[in-house]
Parts: sequence; structure tokens; C-alpha cells
Amino acid sequence: MQADTAASDEVPFYPMPRAAGCPFDPAPEAQALLHTTPISRVRIWDGSSPWLITRHDHARAILTDNRFSAVTTRPGYPAASQGQLTRRRTAPTFIAMDGDDHKRQRRMLIGEFTVRRMQQLRPAVADVTAALLDQMAQQSPPIDLVENFALPLPSIVISRLLGVPYSDHDFFQSRSRTLMGVHTTEKQAEQASNDLLDFLIDLVAARQAGPSDDLIGRLAQHVAGGELERKEAASMALLLLFAGHETTANMIALGALVLLERPELAAVMRHGDDSAVTAGVEELLRLLTVAHLGRRRVALEDVDFAGVRIHAGEGIIVASELANRDPEKFANPDECDFDRAANQHMAFGFGAHQCLGQSLARLELQVCYPALFQRFHGLRAAVPSDQLQFREEMVVYGLYELPVTW
Amino acid sequence: MGIEFHIDRDVCVGAGQCVIAAPRLFDQDMDGIVVLLHDVRSQADEISIRDAAQMCPSGAIAVRR
Repeated sequence: MQADTAASDEVPFYPMPRAAGCPFDPAPEAQALLHTTPISRVRIWDGSSPWLITRHDHARAILTDNRFSAVTTRPGYPAASQGQLTRRRTAPTFIAMDGDDHKRQRRMLIGEFTVRRMQQLRPAVADVTAALLDQMAQQSPPIDLVENFALPLPSIVISRLLGVPYSDHDFFQSRSRTLMGVHTTEKQAEQASNDLLDFLIDLVAARQAGPSDDLIGRLAQHVAGGELERKEAASMALLLLFAGHETTANMIALGALVLLERPELAAVMRHGDDSAVTAGVEELLRLLTVAHLGRRRVALEDVDFAGVRIHAGEGIIVASELANRDPEKFANPDECDFDRAANQHMAFGFGAHQCLGQSLARLELQVCYPALFQRFHGLRAAVPSDQLQFREEMVVYGLYELPVTW
Repeated sequence: MGIEFHIDRDVCVGAGQCVIAAPRLFDQDMDGIVVLLHDVRSQADEISIRDAAQMCPSGAIAVRR
């Protein structure tokens, strides 16, 4: 039975609340939809009623069908929040483009994020990780793993990749921290974002004059060649900062919490070989799906999909967090099982927009979990689990703080 | 060999999932676009191509048969 269009009291609100005490699992009400009505309407913050896609096979089909647009400014696009709408209007980038427009900009970046490039980056990521762990070890526990490890690691790595000069790191880190901050107001976030955009515009200009062997240096060459506006290049750099920071930071902390609660899994990270660690990282990505508010699209034309008529202009939310728990794809999907082959998970999405930075994210996670658990053998949470607070309301899920001791 | 497949470099978005799934068969060029390293020579190669096609997010690697 499908829920009918508008003005129905039965149309549930999305997102639904997670169960207390089950912070690693999606909302039970949402998971139930996978079994009862895999395609149904939900209500979102702006009053619209997009379709919610929950099955793994349906999710893959929608995200590879170019009748569904990623353009945020199209009427009917189900934005995650007003903030997202505003951000995408002021600094538009290729994540909100379709077809050739999307491809043209994305292709300027993919050479930076190849599997080989990331392999070459591994020693540098290991060094950054070791330095952070050294600093942690010098402090007296308990300390916050989010503040001291999960947040700075991806921030330092992406600023190196971009080519932010060392002398500007403090400015860069502090504005990034504000931008990601939980208590930051919309106005403060806008200010921090503008500060960073201005900084990046200046940096692109400097690199046009004196080229550099880093990501911003290469974007500057595209600007010099007339393929990009300077502001577009800066917006792309800002997107990479934003996209690669919060997501990875939350996977680091939330994954660490899973490992703290499951000593046998921590042992795999501590003692396992590369393939065991790799498999563990994929399984944590699947289980946790920190980008937990779905991939959003809007229909460009009427589409008959799996027994449902989707009309042009209607919104779609592809719930990757639910697709990752589809029992047709993953046996016993709610189990964290490092021995399953989790590699077809959708934590990084699917289709042409699949996460550009996924190899970098994998690299950081593959390095940091073993390093953390090898350095601190007695690592444990310093507060009872019912005192931990989770980022339910945020676009990227995870922990606000994770006090640990050793 | 029984498999029929097609590689479309124009559709490739450089996700690199083919390289992870089948590193002996696939690589990325300097621009990050898919490169097939050699023709299918064995049953194992066929399986690798099918795995890579499953993982490919853009449909650049497509198995017809």
C-alpha cells in the first residue's frame, strides 16, 4: 500500500528518531519501512512530501537514472535544511549539477583522488596520525577523542592536500572548526564560510602567479586556462574541505566507539593484517552510514518505478542508511561482522555523484583505527554509554564528544 | 571467453572502485579515468570484470553477457 499524495496525516515525518540505547542503528520506524512499504512518502521540514527509497537495489537504480536531478535549486528538490539550500545557492559546486556540467568540474579533481595517489599519501597520513597520538599521550586522561583526534586528523590532511601554506594553518583550522561547530549559529557559519572563501580566492590568485604542486595549484591552472572562474575554484576547494572533514571525523569517533564496545573487533584493528583492517573499515562504513539523511534528487519527468508513478517535480530521498541494512543484500544486516564482504555498501552513495573523496576517507580510516588501538592498549570510554550524546539532528551523524581514558 | 563487456571512458567518474575490485585488470590514468590493463584471459579475469562492473558507480564498466 502506498501512502497517497499531500495532506495525509499518515505521512510520517523524515527523519525519524533513533531508539535510545541503539545509537548505531537507523530509526526503527524507518527500518520497518524497508519491509512494509519500501517506497513511500515522507514529510520533511519544508512541508513537502518526497518519496523515500529504502531498498538497496532501488537505491542503486535511482542514483544511476539521469531522469532524477541533483540540482538543488530546482523546484521540488528535497533539501536537507534551509542551511543547505543557502550554502548551495551562494557557493554552487558540481555536487548540485547534472550531466556534462557535473562531469566537467568533477573531472578537474578526480586525478587528485585516485587509488594510486592515496597509496602515495599513506605515509603522510600515518605521520599526521602519529603526531596527534603523541599529543594525546602527553595529556592526562580523560580527554575528548573528537577534539583531539577525530576532528584534527581529516582537517590537517585535507589542508595539506589542498596546499594551504603552513603559516595559514591556524586561520584555516579555526575557521573550519567554526564552520563545523555544533554551537555555531547560521550567521557565524556564513561568516566563517565567507572568510574561508575569501582566503581560498586569494590563494588561487597567488597560485596563478606562482604555480604549486597541490590541489589548489592545479585548480589555479584551470582558472588560468579559462576553464574555471576564480570563485568557482575557491568554492570547489571549500567543498572539499567541508565534505572531507565532518564526514571522516564522525566516522573516526563513531567507529572508535563501536570498537571500544566490541573488544574482539578492536583486536582486529590492533593486530589484523591489511586485508582484515580493510574489511573492518568497509563494515563500519556500512553499519554506521554517517551521512544519514539520504541522497536527494528531484524527478525531471514522470517515471514509473517499481509499481509507483513518480511525477516530474517530485522529490526523492534515497535512504542509503536503510539500503545498507537491506537483508536482501546483507545477511543479518544489523550485525557488525568484519568477515562479511561489505564492499557493495552505499555509505559513499552511488552513481556519477558517488563520493569523490572515498579513497581518501578509506585511507584515513585504515590508518587511524589500528594506530589508535595500537598506541593505547587500555583505551576505553571514560563515561557510561548512556551519557554520550549523538548528533541526531545534524546532516552528518556521530558523537559530539567521546571522553576516553587509558 | 563467454563474457561480453564494454568500457566507456567518457562515462567514468574516476571512483576507482574497479581498481580496488580488480587491481590486475584495471588502473586509473593520470586524469583518474579507467584503463583496462589487458584482455580477459581466464575464468578468474571474467569474475573480476563482473565484480568491477558491480562496483562501478557510473556504469562505465558494463557487462552485456
